[in-house]
Order: sequence, then structure tokens, then C-alpha cells
Amino acid sequence: MTATGIGAPVRRKEDQRFVTGQGRYVDDFNRPGQAYAYFLRSPYAHARIRSIDTGPATIMPGVVAVFTGDDLAADKIGGLICGWMIHSKDGSPMKAGPHPALAQGKVRYVGDHVAVVIAETLAQAKDAAEAIVVDYEVLPAVVDTAEAAKAPVQVHDVSPDNTVFNWHLGNKDETEAAFARAKHVTKIDLVNNRLVPNPIEPRAAVGEYDPGTDNYTLYTTSQNPHVARLVLSAFIGVAPEHKLRVIAPDVGGGFGSKIFIYAEETVCVWAAKKVKRPVKWTSDRTEAFLSDAHGRDHVTHAEMATDENGKILGLRVHTTANLGAYLSTFSSSVPTYLYAPLLSGQYDIPAIYCEVDAVYTNTAPVDAYRGAGRPEATYVVERLVEKTARELGQDPAEFRRKNYITQFPHATPVIMTYDTGDYAASLDKALEIADYKNFQQRKQESARRGKLRGIGFSSYIEACGIAPSQAVGSLGAGVGLWESAEVRVNPTGSVEVLTGSHSHGQGHETTFAQLVSDRLGIPIDQVSIVHGDTDKVQFGMGTYGSRSGAVGMSAIAKALDKVIAKGRKVAAHVLEASEGDIEFKDGKFGVAGTDRALGFGEVALQAYIAHKFSGQDLEPGLKEGAFYDPTNFTFPAGVHICELEIDPDTGVTKIERWTAVDDFGVIINPMIVEGQVHGGIAQGVGQALLEGAVYDQSGQLVTASFNDYCMPRAIDLPSFQVGMTVTPCPSNPLGIKGCGEAGAIAAPPAVINAITDALGHEDIAMPATPQAVWRAAQKARMPVAAE
Amino acid sequence: MYAFEYHHPTSVEQAADLATRSEDAKFLAGGHTLLPTMKLRLAAPANLIDLGQIAELRGIQRSGDAITIGAMMKHAEVASSADVRAAIPALAELAELIGDPHVRNRGTIGGSIANNDPSADYPAACLALNATIVTDKRKITADDFFQGIFTTALDEGEIITRISFPVPAQAAYAKFRNPASRYALVGVFVARHADGVRVAVTGAGSNGVFRLPEMEEALSRNFAAEALDGIAVPEDEMNSDIHADAAYRAHLVGVMARRAVQAAAARS
Repeated sequence: MTATGIGAPVRRKEDQRFVTGQGRYVDDFNRPGQAYAYFLRSPYAHARIRSIDTGPATIMPGVVAVFTGDDLAADKIGGLICGWMIHSKDGSPMKAGPHPALAQGKVRYVGDHVAVVIAETLAQAKDAAEAIVVDYEVLPAVVDTAEAAKAPVQVHDVSPDNTVFNWHLGNKDETEAAFARAKHVTKIDLVNNRLVPNPIEPRAAVGEYDPGTDNYTLYTTSQNPHVARLVLSAFIGVAPEHKLRVIAPDVGGGFGSKIFIYAEETVCVWAAKKVKRPVKWTSDRTEAFLSDAHGRDHVTHAEMATDENGKILGLRVHTTANLGAYLSTFSSSVPTYLYAPLLSGQYDIPAIYCEVDAVYTNTAPVDAYRGAGRPEATYVVERLVEKTARELGQDPAEFRRKNYITQFPHATPVIMTYDTGDYAASLDKALEIADYKNFQQRKQESARRGKLRGIGFSSYIEACGIAPSQAVGSLGAGVGLWESAEVRVNPTGSVEVLTGSHSHGQGHETTFAQLVSDRLGIPIDQVSIVHGDTDKVQFGMGTYGSRSGAVGMSAIAKALDKVIAKGRKVAAHVLEASEGDIEFKDGKFGVAGTDRALGFGEVALQAYIAHKFSGQDLEPGLKEGAFYDPTNFTFPAGVHICELEIDPDTGVTKIERWTAVDDFGVIINPMIVEGQVHGGIAQGVGQALLEGAVYDQSGQLVTASFNDYCMPRAIDLPSFQVGMTVTPCPSNPLGIKGCGEAGAIAAPPAVINAITDALGHEDIAMPATPQAVWRAAQKARMPVAAE
Repeated sequence: MYAFEYHHPTSVEQAADLATRSEDAKFLAGGHTLLPTMKLRLAAPANLIDLGQIAELRGIQRSGDAITIGAMMKHAEVASSADVRAAIPALAELAELIGDPHVRNRGTIGGSIANNDPSADYPAACLALNATIVTDKRKITADDFFQGIFTTALDEGEIITRISFPVPAQAAYAKFRNPASRYALVGVFVARHADGVRVAVTGAGSNGVFRLPEMEEALSRNFAAEALDGIAVPEDEMNSDIHADAAYRAHLVGVMARRAVQAAAARS
């Protein structure tokens, strides 16, 4: 390992500009002649729009234009799309209701887009929006996930029972047979609480149109600018693909919420041409709460069958997933193919059957949020495994160990083939770090102080780097899930890497450069990582699902291989040796068995001056590209152990210890990986203890600010004990599995398993707020009636 | 935010005069309630009178048996004041529990009291410490000052200049924070004075800060947490929201009262 190569804890190159306020985010871009957009949003969860009178607004000071859905329709601008087709059990396609960028005839959630005002200043746009007269016929709303299919309210005409699809996966007959011969069946009812993503930078967009060239530019907060361009051009139709440049500059976090293509950026691009001026919109925090796609929101009943030896025989799951008022860009894939295939967890479960009913409600659209489907699956599996172990009177760690998959590759009953892993190794290491053997002593010590101590496990698995494209295509994906890279070597030997991955907190400018430094033997500061601009990077699928390492870096590795191969040819000419005799090692091209060698920079220069070879023999220059399509998902896995203490007088839960042992395969930068683990756990603890989006029965978002929506803070978390085990991933050239979502996937069941352990009963839901825990502790104190 | 006229007087007299002369005027102290409300366009005063440049509203004095704090003193200044820490440590601790460092370096004691948010901390201290709120026109006892949520004895245009806190024998504040906002979900301030114990509760009541006479009587007889055994806090006047319903708040009042008494009794 070199000081800046693979495995080195290199400090993040990008942090200098971020921590000194030199980052450039979308809102930092101000274009000449720019006007400001403000969206008039629905105050009602469900209403018919009888009429919209924009007249009074258009004459307000500073107003440039006011547009409604009719204006978009007149220009034949299409609606927002959902890019993953799910078919119901009966073979019928999912019922996708229309999703216009500005409402047409109806609004379906509080925050839905009714009209846009474009004005000289934001304040003037807001003033004018207040002058728009909308005549609403308010309709009853449906907000409750479990009740949506039965509600006497219809969100979309295409779906009379508010059902998007009834989907299933697994083998029903085998699963029923497994339950029929089970010695014990454990049942559980779970709610996976709805979350608001809350990246620190809210969404923003600046649309610009150049009438001279007919070119459009969109600056936007996107995790995947090329996908945004494709959707905006091919499906929504605001601009031709080759005429639209999408720039996603520094982006301040996304957690999934910036994957999607929303109404606001659509309108900004379209309106820029209409008003012949750049148009800027920046979300405020209230708009972010109301209109960023939310996460999770599942209601699940699950059962686990075990035999007389405590081996798991089968699992059956029924989930109702709330997709909100409209199908967001990838919403349909989250509770289906990102969820049910993970229900085998780390366990050898012969039979699994899962049914998912997806429903519409009058709430914000729900889509991928850090982990996307996998936290929901892990919560089901790990809560159920823990409860089963308790009901069987077995140690939860040993019950898990007994059921772990130990032979690889392992095909699960839910379409996954796990390639590699060593789950017992992570468990052993976690038990040691957590000092599990002395837990009972600590529990007694807590009890002496009147506190309830509990310990909870989460033996999670996730599937990252979603791929290969052929497979996801067969499951309904509208896109391929490969990645592209281009390595441009300059005559001076410095290197620019153009990648389709997008960095919005992940540290790609450092880790990707480490790969280049490692492979080419050049210093890390000789490497620039270029991303987030469709005019620079030819195409890319973006960053989500912990795919940038496993897929994005593999594409870079492939392009680097080509660069080295070309460099070998150049070196052969310069060194007057045969190409087969040229070795590339430690940054030097040398002739085998001699001391004749050229540095990487010398070869780069020779490639460009082309004095030592003829154009007939070799093309000048040193630039190579690659598209990489993985052969499989990757399967990071690990064991998290949460130990906590409850104050039964107040219900306050304090996490005392957190052990995380993860197998992410080969690690590029352990410091960045550890940071990802910390952040993921914080988000997972947030879901388990603090966060929860609450709508009232009329569809108003009660938790629409940080006053009521509780984000995790440093004080809510302990110092994490992080360990690693490594089984290299066999399905990509770097052995990387991915680490971005692990903590958020692992943490919630670890917390709830620890709380239920402390309480001595299972009756607690997320978020386990002090009030909820206090109530549950009251119940724990109640004397149990003799049976 | 709508447009408004901004004024920054340098004396209380000027400020009062501006308030009388200006239409639809609001005083601006730390602005922690007013400014967010204006940004959300829920409040739209035509005139904003910033009290931040008035020297006479600042300062902390210890005089005999009282601590007097200028209305525009920030929470961080109260929390770090050596005089407050020495005389009424519970008051400094309360100030330190408000919001976060940003809030504490902007928010003021006068603003908090004048606003009388039902979840604010200072009203509990004023009530339990039997404070006197001094305005540009008169002196008002805390018992008379707080008149229900967001309602006080202040007249239109009346300006709090300082608050005078008698130094108690022992006092403590026990706060259960709203996990999200860090406001008091329940805060109980207990103070033992020469003439008896006062117990004030913030955050919990549906009508704002209030005293608990039953607890006060019990604690006046025996200043120990056990004295509160058997005293039930009625649920029917408790606030109820998504964070805490009335039953939980009523329960927490009892828990926090005990903790405050224990902490106060431990003080020499």
C-alpha cells in the first residue's frame, strides 16, 4: 500500500473547499438576467381545482410570467415519470396515475404544484403568488397506509382502490409447506416509519436558454445528471437531449432524494425559454419537508417458521407500501426488487414468500431513501429473528449463527445469489468488541440504578451496485445500471478522470484519485476527478445504492487498464523493445530484465508528441474510456450490536455502546468508510428513536419543520466501535462491495431489538420516542396475570 | 417576509416614542419567534423597533438579596455570568439549557418573558423565584405578569427594562426537552425561599406557565423529594401534542419536580 493508494486513509481532497465555504452549490450560480421562480403549492391534501385566476398576479410588481398546468400542456410538456415497471401478480402493469409538473384539475397532496410565478425577485414572486385566486373544491383525503386500499377516497382515476400493484416474490407453495411442518411459528406486526430525507442543502435549479444556439442548460441538485437529462428530454420533452446540458455541481447531500426528477427543475428549464431569461428556484426548508420524496412507510405482517432444532424453515411476509400521491422516479422498485430479494438476510431459509401491495395516498411521493427497501427488509428479518430466538429461549447471537449461510455462492428463494461472505467472522468479532459475555453484569448494574439495560443485534445483509443491466431490465427497470469512465492523460502526465458517478458527500475526489494513484503510480495531486456535467462526461448512471465504488470505480479501473496497455505500446516504440517485453510497475514502463525504463509522465509526453512512432503504427494521444456492467449485485454484510439503557421514569433511551463490524470487501479509504458507517448509523438511530413524518387525517404534514421533526444530533449517539472483516467481492475487478447505506440498514432493528430486550416485551414501534418507551415501560411493569 | 420599516433607537424613551408614533409596530429583541414568523409570512409588522442598541437594557447587577438582569441580556450572558452563577446557579443552568449556542447568543431574557411561549424556560424561573418584571412604566410581579399562553400583563408599547430575581435559599430547574425543538416539553423550577417554597411548571400546561400549590405546601413543610409522594398532577390542564400527550406530561411534571427538589436540596 502506498501513502495515497488503495487502502490508505487519505484525507479528503474536497474538504478544504467545503469547510472553508468555497464549495459551489446550485444556489451559488447566478446567471445574467436571472429571474426567480416561486411555486404556489396546494394547501390541501386533496382537492379539485375548479378554476385558477392568475390575472391579479400578472399585474403585480416585478412579475415576468405566471404559468399553470394548462401552459405546460399547451406546449406538450409531458408528465413526470416512474422509470421502473412493476407487474401485479395477475400480470397487469402497475397503475400509474398522471403526474403533471403543474397540477391539472386536481391536487393530491399538501405541497403539490399549482402554479409558478416568475418575477424579478423572489419576494415579488411570493407576493404575486398570494394574488393568484384558486377555487378549490376540497375533497376528503386518505393518508393512512394500511387503510388506503379500503378508503372511500380515490387518489387517481386509474386506480379505484388506490392500489398501484399487488406484487409478489418467492415460492408460495413451498413456503406454505414449510409452515405446515414447522414446530414453531413466530409472528410480528411492524411499521416502518415514514422519513423525510433532509439533506443539508435543499433542492435547487437554474434553467437557462440560449436562443442563438438553441441550447438549454440546467444547474440542478442531482445525484445523476445524465439520467435527469435523459428523462427531461426523452420522456418529459422539455428539450432535445443533445441540446440540454445538465450540471450538478457541488451537491450537499442527497440520501436518495436527489436521484429523482421533480417538477421544479422541469419547469425551470421550460420556463427559461418561455420568458427568455434564466430562471432560478431554490427550495426553502418547508418546501423540502413538503415536496422532497419521503422514504420508507411500510406496514408489514411477517411470520417465521422454525423446526425442532431452531433451524429456520420458512418466511412469509405481507407488506403494504405507501407510495404517496404520485409515482416518483424509481418509487415502484423500492418496496419490490430492492426489498423482497433481501428477505433471506444472512440466513439459509429454504422457502420465502412475500406479497407487497403498493398504495396511493394524499401524501408526498415516497421513493428511495438511504438503503431504499433494504432497511425495510432488514427490519423485518432482524426483528423476526430476534423474536424467534427469544420465543425459543435461545441466545440471539447463537440462533443467528446456527442459521447463517456458510456455503457460497448461495442462491436464495428470492432471486439473489450471494457471492461471498463470512457472517460468523463478523459475529465473533462483534461479540468480542461489544464484550457480550459481560452484558448481564452491566444489566444488573443498571438495574441497581433503576435503569433498564438491553442489547440488540442486527445481522444485516444488503445488495449494492444494483446490476447487471440485463437482469434489472428483465425485472422492469427502464435503464441499464452500468457505469462509464474516461481517463484522460495529459502530456505532462497528470490525469483527469471523467466519471458518471456523482459525489455529493461520498468523497469521490479522494477515493477515485486513490485508485488512479495506485494503478498508475502517480501522486494523488496529479489526478482530477471530473463529474456532474453532461457536457464533460459522456454518460453515466449516477450515484445511489452504494454503487460508486463497486460499479463506478470498476469502470475507471477498466479504463486505466486500457491506458496502461496503450502506454505499453508507446513505451515499446520509445525504448525500441517489443511490446511483450514491456512491464508496467511502480509507475514505470520498463523492458523486462533490463534497467531501461520510462516514467509514466515520460510515456504520456511521448504519446502526445508522437515523435517515436508513426501514425500508421499507433494513434497519438493517451485517453481511454470504458463502460462497466457488473456481473452481479454486491453483498456487504455485517453485525451491529446496540446496547442501551432506558430510564423507566421518563422513557429516555440512551445508547451506551455501539459495535459495528462490517464486511465491505476491499476498502479504498478506511477513514472515509468509517465516516460512512458513522453517518449511516446516525440515520438509522434517527429512524429508530427520533424521526417520523406525521400527517394528520386531513393530510396536513404535522412534522413540517425541525421544531417537530427530530433529526439525530451528536448528543443522541455514543462513540461507535467500528471493526471490519474482509471477503473480497468476486464480481468486480476491485473486490469492492460498497458501504454507503450499511449503517442506515443495520441500525434500526439493532436499536429496537435492544429496547425490546430491555423492556421484556415486543410492543414498541419506531420511532421509539421517550413517550412511547415510557408507555411501553409502564406496560412492562404491569404484573403478569397467572395463566 | 414582507417589507417593513426598521428602527434602531438608542434609548428606551426613543423606543417607546417610536412605538406610540408608528403604526403596527413590533419590538425586536432576539427575534427567535418574531423573525421566523415574519419569514413564513405569518406576521407582517409595518414597523420593527430593534431594541438591540439600547445600553440601559443591558447589564447584570447583584444588589443585596437580588440579581437584576437587563431585558436585552442574552441567554449565553446569563449562563456565564459569575454573579448569577454565585447567587442563583439554577438560573444560569436554565439559561444554558435554552436552545443551542446560536440561540443562546441571540435570544434575550426580556424577549422570552414578553413572548411568554408556553414552552419557554424563563417564565418558570420568574414564577418560582418570585421575580419582579420592571418596565418603562411600572413593576409587575411574576404572578401578575404571566396571563396565559403568549399573553402577559404588558400594555401595548410597554417595554420590559429588567427583571429582578430575589436570591433563594435553594433552587433548581429540571427540564425535559422536546427531542426535536429543545424547548421544554416539561420544565419544573423549584425554589426554596425564606417564606416558603415555590414550584413553577413550563411546557406542560395548556394555558402556559403555572404554579403547583399542593407541591409548594408539601415542600414548604419538608423540602425533600419524598414530600411529593402521592401528589398527583391533574391531566386535564396539560397540553397534548405529537410529542407528549397530557398523561405523559402530567407524569413528567412529577418526575421533573422530584429531580428539581433533589438537585436543589443538594445545594448548600
